[in-house]
Amino acid sequence: MERKLMKGNEALAEAAIRAGCKCFFGYPITPQTEISAYLAKNFAKAGGLFLQAESEIAAINMVLGASSTGTRVMTSSSSPGISLKSEGISYIAGSDLPAVIINVQRGGPGLGGIQPSQADYWQATKALGHGDFQLLVYAPASVQEMVDMVVKAFDKADEYRMPAMILADGFLGQMMEPIEFPEIKAEQVEKPWAANGHGGKRAHNIINSLYLKPEQLEKNVFERYERYEKIKATEADAEMYLTDDAEITLVAYGATARVVKSAVNMAREQGIKAGLVRPKTLWPFPVKQINEAAKSAEKFLVVEMSMGQMIDDVKLAINCSKPVEFMGRTGGMIMKPVEVLEEIKKIGGKK
Amino acid sequence: MEKMSVIFDRCKGCGLCVSACPKKIVELNKEKRNAKGYFPAHCIDQDACISCAMCATMCPDCAIIINK
Amino acid sequence: MAVVFERPKALLDVSTHYCPGCTHGIIHRILCEVIDEMGIEGDAIGVCPVGCSVMAYDYFACDMIEAPHGRAPAVATGVKRSNPDKFVFTYQGDGDLAAIGTAETVHAATRGENIVVIFVNNGTYGMTGGQMAPTTLPGQVTQTTPYGRDPKIQGYPVRVCEMLSTLDGTALAQRVAVDSVPHIKEAKKAIRKAFENQKDKKGFSIVEVLSTCPTNWGLSPIEAIERLRNEVIPYYPLGVYKDKEGENND
Repeated sequence: MERKLMKGNEALAEAAIRAGCKCFFGYPITPQTEISAYLAKNFAKAGGLFLQAESEIAAINMVLGASSTGTRVMTSSSSPGISLKSEGISYIAGSDLPAVIINVQRGGPGLGGIQPSQADYWQATKALGHGDFQLLVYAPASVQEMVDMVVKAFDKADEYRMPAMILADGFLGQMMEPIEFPEIKAEQVEKPWAANGHGGKRAHNIINSLYLKPEQLEKNVFERYERYEKIKATEADAEMYLTDDAEITLVAYGATARVVKSAVNMAREQGIKAGLVRPKTLWPFPVKQINEAAKSAEKFLVVEMSMGQMIDDVKLAINCSKPVEFMGRTGGMIMKPVEVLEEIKKIGGKK
Repeated sequence: MEKMSVIFDRCKGCGLCVSACPKKIVELNKEKRNAKGYFPAHCIDQDACISCAMCATMCPDCAIIINK
Repeated sequence: MAVVFERPKALLDVSTHYCPGCTHGIIHRILCEVIDEMGIEGDAIGVCPVGCSVMAYDYFACDMIEAPHGRAPAVATGVKRSNPDKFVFTYQGDGDLAAIGTAETVHAATRGENIVVIFVNNGTYGMTGGQMAPTTLPGQVTQTTPYGRDPKIQGYPVRVCEMLSTLDGTALAQRVAVDSVPHIKEAKKAIRKAFENQKDKKGFSIVEVLSTCPTNWGLSPIEAIERLRNEVIPYYPLGVYKDKEGENND
């Protein structure tokens, strides 16, 4: 395997090329522009197509079009841009189309700021558009995971015929780390549903999300949710760090989890039995893993770069059977390991 | 075989064919309703039909077949 | 006797949901006649809008995609860029193309996106019950302009072909109508030319088809045709606004 030092956003873009992505449609927004810039420079050489759209709305609909023909396709944006894409994402989900969507989160609401944030958790996992649907949501915590997860996102999006999101943040996008590109298996799933010209060989394929008969629409949504149940049972993933005997278990994802891991190490050095559950998938949420940790944990501490969004899922996962505390910074601010350690000590003493 | 024939249940009785016919031999048959509840068009003089297909060209529902 | 006129094969043998006298059916048919004549059904991919023709995917025999409101040119861009050898067309109404989808339309045109756009202009939002469209004529009564469109309040109609003809990426911008047999034949020729342009990689071709909406105009089908001829065509003159002959996008 080849080892390279790369910036998160560029590594992700390179991984997408290697994963067989054929088209990228985007619109400039900080802090993800390196993805577009990298692809603009390198994609055509690899046989791919990079196109800068007139808006995020146009970009996501170009994704819808390319995906409808069975093409592996990706788009990338940051928080305000994802809001604009939400219409198209709902249609993509409603049309059972695979697509990979990158959100390198920045602070919000509104124009917010351009510093890292995790305040789009709710948007990604609960409400990325109107209607009953979900996205696969992957949460990388290193540049290597930016690479691995984008490869996985393409495969899983195809397998389940649904959009997949990489929910990163400005830290991961800008950070440089050594990485290895995995071996990519060449074959991809068949897409007999694709609208790529019937060639006189079959009846016409229709890519559509409109079902005017309520019983038909309900059936369609039910089928999608049966698929979601299967995904919940098999795809939920988390890193379990020192959780076996942890009395206080922290839950954090993405860049925040790196800070929390340092705090957990510091706590252990001081004899505090702390551990970390780091969700790698935010939808499906790693309910089983959280419950595994709950066997020893007396308390949970959820740490996020937001005002507390994932905390709800942690409480629901354990059915509120243990106290779940929260620590968060927002607006582009990130907590220091010592601050997290202080919080561990503070709530560790609370009964 | 008729020169101008109308697919009875496909016709919506809009009358655009009536106005298009240069021979003025297409009418809506007010005595017969189709399954949709419309009065379909029909040719009242097949012998006079010149198979020009003007009626069929105006028909929004592909309800007219022309033979020559 | 031999059949001299029947349904084109590219138009599926089903009844449409359109109102009696709605000219969508005529436009569907001539588009499908062109597809048949060029023998491209198996290589054609159509993109439907949101509006009255939202369910056109049930009528066209080629592969079809249903786009969000106004986004058909962006969807078609994704289709064409990933499948440059296929014939890609959108079928859009005036609300879809000239209001909510203006940006997508203008930018697909200026990129010279090698697609065909069939733009059906009947001056109203038919599917939602007859509200003011970007192409509603001054003075025209609609559900949301009950006293007639007043340019002082609602502004002026958009002349799409004129606007797009200023863009270098536009290969063909032609306005036709379906109020008479000669005009329908002219419309079909324009659609054929648009598809030939795509074959020759000339870029963005739009055929604007002035159409009727008897139901929301509150007229009989024949009166609607007369209004189209006497009021609409004079405001939106028919003709070729842009024709990039001989150029190649390669």
